[in-house]
Amino acid sequence: MELLIFYPLAGFCVVLALGVVLNNSPVGSAISLIGMMLGLAGIFVLQQAHFLAILQIIIYAGAIMVLFMFVIMLLNLKEGDDTGWIARERNLLLSVLTGLLAVGILYKISGILFTAEMDTPAILPDSFGTVATIGETLFTDFVLPFEVASILLLAAMVGAVVLAKTKLD
Amino acid sequence: MDWITEILNVTWNFIVLFLNENIPLVVGSVKAVIIAVAIMSVVPALVWLERRLMGRFQVRLGPNRVGPFGLGQPMADTVKLLFKESIIQSSADKFLFHLAPAVVVITAIAAFAVIPFGEPFEVFGQTIEMWGANVNSGILFVFAISGMGIYGMVLAGLSSNNKYSLMGGLRSSAQMISYELTLGLSALSIILLTGSLSLVDMVRAQETYPFILVQPLAFLLFFIAGIAETNRAPFDLPEAEQELVAGFHTEYTGMKFAMFFMGEYINMVTMSALVTLLFLGGWNAYGLPVWPIVSFAVKVFFLLCVFIWLRSTFPRIRYDRLMTFGWKILLPLCLLNLMVTSTVKVIWFP
Amino acid sequence: MTEYFYISLFAVVAIVVVGALLALSTVLGPRNPSPQKMLPYECGIIPTEEAKGRYPVRFATIAMFFIIFDVEVVFMYPWAVALGELKLFGLVEMAIFIIILGIAYVYIWGRGGLEWD
Repeated sequence: MELLIFYPLAGFCVVLALGVVLNNSPVGSAISLIGMMLGLAGIFVLQQAHFLAILQIIIYAGAIMVLFMFVIMLLNLKEGDDTGWIARERNLLLSVLTGLLAVGILYKISGILFTAEMDTPAILPDSFGTVATIGETLFTDFVLPFEVASILLLAAMVGAVVLAKTKLD
Repeated sequence: MDWITEILNVTWNFIVLFLNENIPLVVGSVKAVIIAVAIMSVVPALVWLERRLMGRFQVRLGPNRVGPFGLGQPMADTVKLLFKESIIQSSADKFLFHLAPAVVVITAIAAFAVIPFGEPFEVFGQTIEMWGANVNSGILFVFAISGMGIYGMVLAGLSSNNKYSLMGGLRSSAQMISYELTLGLSALSIILLTGSLSLVDMVRAQETYPFILVQPLAFLLFFIAGIAETNRAPFDLPEAEQELVAGFHTEYTGMKFAMFFMGEYINMVTMSALVTLLFLGGWNAYGLPVWPIVSFAVKVFFLLCVFIWLRSTFPRIRYDRLMTFGWKILLPLCLLNLMVTSTVKVIWFP
Repeated sequence: MTEYFYISLFAVVAIVVVGALLALSTVLGPRNPSPQKMLPYECGIIPTEEAKGRYPVRFATIAMFFIIFDVEVVFMYPWAVALGELKLFGLVEMAIFIIILGIAYVYIWGRGGLEWD
């Protein structure tokens, strides 16, 4: 039953992810990316990670993609404006690097696939993935990462101001 | 012909068996469809209410020709809109142009799915829950899905290839994300009080008194942010007629134009329901001898009237003031309220 | 899982109604396109250029601030739910978190990041 939902969802995600890369217009790419985020949220729900699914929608599909949309609107990239696949030297270097990254990830995944025991599904307690459990774990076992995250956010905010202000002045 | 009846029989038996084994699923599905259709049919009534009330507020009659009290007016409007020519200007992006109003309506209705409006009751041994769906973090779900509604406006602005639309789309999305923070932060103080994200738990926690009595500031902040989130006056900058014609839906005609309105009105109902659930005690009647659902409906209706009242009372706020108001006044107030609430909770009510 | 099935039913109903209304209006509505009608609306003036230009960067900065504050708010949801268990420890933790972000907030206010002029 779960696989019956998983495969269409995963297929949907992969198709939309390809849509992000292959789409000619930046708006189309962004829309595909939003759709893919929603599909991923669906997969998280399937894994009983309800809170994570909602975060995926609020942060990625909601906040970050709005910024993408703004940038698209502000820059007004037109269709075909230097978006075609031109194998310049820079592009070649980037392709090689991306390819290396992809090979590395595939190697890691295949390692997991061949060694992990797939036939025994993990048995989860009822409270798994609920907000209360996450809160208790996050704020007792992972206090330091949480506080460091606030410093990271501080740095991000300062960075945003500095960038925007230097552009304006 | 025997084999056909055979197949039909087998299929029929299978369906009956399936339905018998999954009665809760069937009941739930039927209920979901009924609620979705009901919320959509509330929209014309709400349009009528708004036009009548606005008429009264402005010392004129409002629609009163079609049927008793002008009740046939929304019906007549719908029929008129159906027979209008749908103009898509030639440089617009056709696909995105159609997608935008659909996104607005779909997200508005999906967000209403988790709104509860009464305690579960039993009929024929079946427990009927008074909500479309019960996800364990209901309020976050509403925020997440209604946040997706922003893309309807962004897409309308982007695909129309019209300066007014683009400006309106930009403005509305910037406004909505700014006030989303206030909405989330002011709801947090209620989450602190109940210790749960479920809307049903929040109502149950208000059995003795509604939270507006202990959290008046959060109520005010939430309601203001709610008005801004639904793009209603005095925060209807995206569609400020004097400067932007009609904002992001300038190029829309006929039924597609009506869909933006449908989305706006459904969002208004959702927002009123949220305020009722979080601050006004939901379906608790506090000793009054009325059904829970009546208590809930009366509160939501009252808030809808307040929405309309505010629209006819306040002039539109200027855009720079709108943004600074959200970022410089509402946001610090929210954080302050949150700190005070959490400190009081930990120190005096452990 | 079934709860999400019900939510998708809501979306399905919405899609059906939207589709039906769009289809009905295409069937019933007239269709007389003319070159003037198909131009973008600009209050009766014939548009001289496309609606493609550069727009203020302020909108993008607002979106950046929104992401940062949204992440902050998202951290607060599990904290608010679990505060009953965390007691004073949780309160102090969140106070530190909010103070650090308060510094950032004061900084962007001081640098004029929140001005809209």
